[in-house]
Amino acid sequence: MAQKVAILGAGLTKFMRRAKETGKELAFEAARMALEEANMDISEIDCVVMATAPDMFDGVHMKGDWLSDGAGAKRKPYMRSYVGGGSGVFAIIHGWYLVASGLFDTCLVVAEEKMSSCMPHPQGAFNAIYDQFLERPLGVNLLWIFSLEMMRYMHVHKISLETIALVSVKNKRNGLDHPCTQKGIAGEYTVKDILNSEVIAYPVYRLMVSPVTDAAAAIVITSEHEAKRRTDNPIWIEGVGWCLDTSYWTNRDLYYPKYVEYAARMAYDMAGIKDPRKEIHVVEPYDPFAYKELHHLEGLLLADKGEAPKLLEKGFWDRDTKDGIPSCPSGGLLGVGNPIAAAGLMKVIEIYLQLKGEAGKRQVKREVKRGLAQAWGDLMQVGTVVILSK
Amino acid sequence: MNVYIIGIGLSPPRKISPEVSFREMIYEAAEKAYLDAGIEPKDVDTFVSLSEDYEEGTAIFDEYVPDQLGAMLKPVHTICADGATGLASLFAQIKTGHFKIGVLEAHSKLSNILYHSHVHAMALDPVFVRPLEINPYFVAGLEMDMFLDSRGYDELDTAYVVAKNRTNALLFGRSSFGSFISPEEVLLSESVSDPLRELDIAPNADGACVIVIANEEIAKERGRDLIKIAGIGFAEFTPNIERWEGDAEYLKVAARKAYSKAGIKNPVKDIDFAEIDDTFSYKELQHIEALGLVSFGDSAEALKEGFFDLGGEFPVNPTGGNIGNGNTSLMNGLRAIYDAVLQLRGDAGNVQLKSPESALIATWKGLPSASGGVIILRREG
Amino acid sequence: MKFEGISLGLKEFEKEIKVEWKGKLEYEWDCGIALSKFMEGLKHGKILARKCYACGRIMIPPRMFCERCFRPTDEWIELGDEGEILTFSVSFVNWDASRRKKPEIPAVIRLLGTSENMGILHKLGEVGDTLEEVLKNVKIGMKVKAVWKKEKEREGAITDILYFKPIKRRK
Ligand SMILES: [Zn+2]
Repeated sequence: MAQKVAILGAGLTKFMRRAKETGKELAFEAARMALEEANMDISEIDCVVMATAPDMFDGVHMKGDWLSDGAGAKRKPYMRSYVGGGSGVFAIIHGWYLVASGLFDTCLVVAEEKMSSCMPHPQGAFNAIYDQFLERPLGVNLLWIFSLEMMRYMHVHKISLETIALVSVKNKRNGLDHPCTQKGIAGEYTVKDILNSEVIAYPVYRLMVSPVTDAAAAIVITSEHEAKRRTDNPIWIEGVGWCLDTSYWTNRDLYYPKYVEYAARMAYDMAGIKDPRKEIHVVEPYDPFAYKELHHLEGLLLADKGEAPKLLEKGFWDRDTKDGIPSCPSGGLLGVGNPIAAAGLMKVIEIYLQLKGEAGKRQVKREVKRGLAQAWGDLMQVGTVVILSK
Repeated sequence: MNVYIIGIGLSPPRKISPEVSFREMIYEAAEKAYLDAGIEPKDVDTFVSLSEDYEEGTAIFDEYVPDQLGAMLKPVHTICADGATGLASLFAQIKTGHFKIGVLEAHSKLSNILYHSHVHAMALDPVFVRPLEINPYFVAGLEMDMFLDSRGYDELDTAYVVAKNRTNALLFGRSSFGSFISPEEVLLSESVSDPLRELDIAPNADGACVIVIANEEIAKERGRDLIKIAGIGFAEFTPNIERWEGDAEYLKVAARKAYSKAGIKNPVKDIDFAEIDDTFSYKELQHIEALGLVSFGDSAEALKEGFFDLGGEFPVNPTGGNIGNGNTSLMNGLRAIYDAVLQLRGDAGNVQLKSPESALIATWKGLPSASGGVIILRREG
Repeated sequence: MKFEGISLGLKEFEKEIKVEWKGKLEYEWDCGIALSKFMEGLKHGKILARKCYACGRIMIPPRMFCERCFRPTDEWIELGDEGEILTFSVSFVNWDASRRKKPEIPAVIRLLGTSENMGILHKLGEVGDTLEEVLKNVKIGMKVKAVWKKEKEREGAITDILYFKPIKRRK
């Protein structure tokens, strides 16, 4: 049966609009930092897991193989898993099952994204995510899926633009305290500032969208006996879940992410959580767009359908809340940056730091024993969830 | 806890497949596999699909996986790897005890790529190698040259691989790439990147394959054809082709792990036959040596003596390998698993070996990678 | 803690030594049974859906197997070319992130006669050229009708429908 799995170290690079480093170099820096914290040498790593989003960003086919040496995988068991934007959180799930299965005792999990290589703009790479038969010929745009989903969500629950803008306000403020935050992303904004920004695809305004980012993140995970040998207070992976819905995204009611709910239920079951609203103390839902955080909080069953916006207005998701659940204390993708796969793993690292009490200025006020990170991806289709505990 | 293969389904490899979309082709393979396993998709706990975006012409191809597998709202994810590595992912998931039944899918629509060399080129290092603008088959040509030279082999030695595998495929009768061809005739084919010739390359093909695996409880409940995954290993060497040594280092690392799990001391004695990646003719010999089936420099002689023939001591690629069945990219490994299971069940028709008990499967991710994996299957009961 | 990374501004980035590559990445995807018939239908001004007898769903895009029942679908159903808007957006940005003055209006449209939520992605037209006009003219739930290309210009593609426009109600 499953071995318990612990996190022993984490590493992050700065989040940058354009990094001088190559993807391999970014992966190396994050991996090295994670190994340093775990006080381990690469020779003590049994296997390496890589997460990175579309090959079209880098213009490199078999991108996982290409990045392998930067991730320290030479002559090692190495796998790249892939669920689009959900990949960053999936990476730790991937590492979890390789170790939990007993196949390996130690695993280095690396997430890398270098989006700035894609010309003229990385958004172009996203055109090829649409159906090639019926959608791409329409001259599609990545933003459409989000703006269409946001419109549906707002319509069904009668949510105002002002409320959704509050997510940007909160996360951009939280991001000010993140040491890796991308230049010009975080800041003190008002709802008015957000709604005064350019309408790029109504109802999406520019300041409701996370930026293009280059960065890498890494963590070291081990089996229970390795963890106990190496540290006195490991952080445990208590539950994982993932779920993929149909690719016919226009055949679903977009107002609710059922796939996130299913992924969350799987993780809650594994962690033995009955009442997530009481038992989850801090959460990092995926926020590539402002409405997405609310959408995901509902999918995670941390709020009833349509209630997440109301709780937001009451400050329930604020970092310094006493009786709420702090959401995106890191600043999230809106406040730190969005290097797709690395952003997901950054969220896992934030929960790890919060549980260790090492989040510095970002440390939440309430006591935390258990936290959850979630990512989302593909054609509004996949949910990936991990629950960590002290 | 042991893990077993309980179902297999194939939409057979063929040159082109304009009659079906990728979805329809995968559906065919999935339907057959579920029927074979005696399950419905709702019984499946987790799915793994193998793909690489540039081969599909779609970014995040993971999106288009669930429907044709009946996997909507289920745990599904993609692994960008060869068949053995993909199976290892699913195998590990079952081993955690959180999943009972898992499904592995891979497919190929290589015929839909208009300029295959341009896709291959995208996998070469963009700074050091790609700007040279040489047809990417040069990578195989160089490695083949290094391999032949270091062993004192020549091109006729690798031509024997082509002759054996094409003949096996013809006997098996499923593939249109089968033919009676002599090693000498292989040498008459056009040079692609010397010493690599056209017939040394497994021809591109389309197809889909689905494998169902399950834990011991489910497999034993089902009762028949207990095919156990006795050992599994996978590894990466390096993507820097300048560092390759012509020895398929990845398979050495992968084999060590798989053999030790399966308790194998001497693979040729302990295993009955093998499905070994032969996407290029020399790869079969290179992989045979990396797997330790014969010593360094002995594979060519053994091949010529018929050691790896259908009637030989250790048959390799009895259904024709990739050269005889077509190169279906990441699906190659699944086709190999499929064919190995046919043999172990006694369903391999004209190329059926005499009641084999165990099989070795070695897969390679394909040009220009240096990653692959090894699987040991054993029939129980 | 020290975090690595050298961030480049746009000017510095432009000065960096770079390697450029444009691959000849072209594909011709097999449409298969369901979509070939659907595209052929478009050429003749028809919209075809596929019905599954097991769950009763009438599905578009059509498919030869029902992903829910995991069985082959059973019957072709010809739909009209009218639908309702499930959601829409007013987009001022092109695929390369450059901006456009006149917006595009993508929408998910459920064709009448199909089952619940059976939308397809397409565009709206004749609804205005500014955000304000579009928001005034378009509402979720509104009925729309396809505007087709001229018959001889059709080629068996989703673009044989130019866009959908609101159905004017006569009272
Ligand atoms: Zn049905």
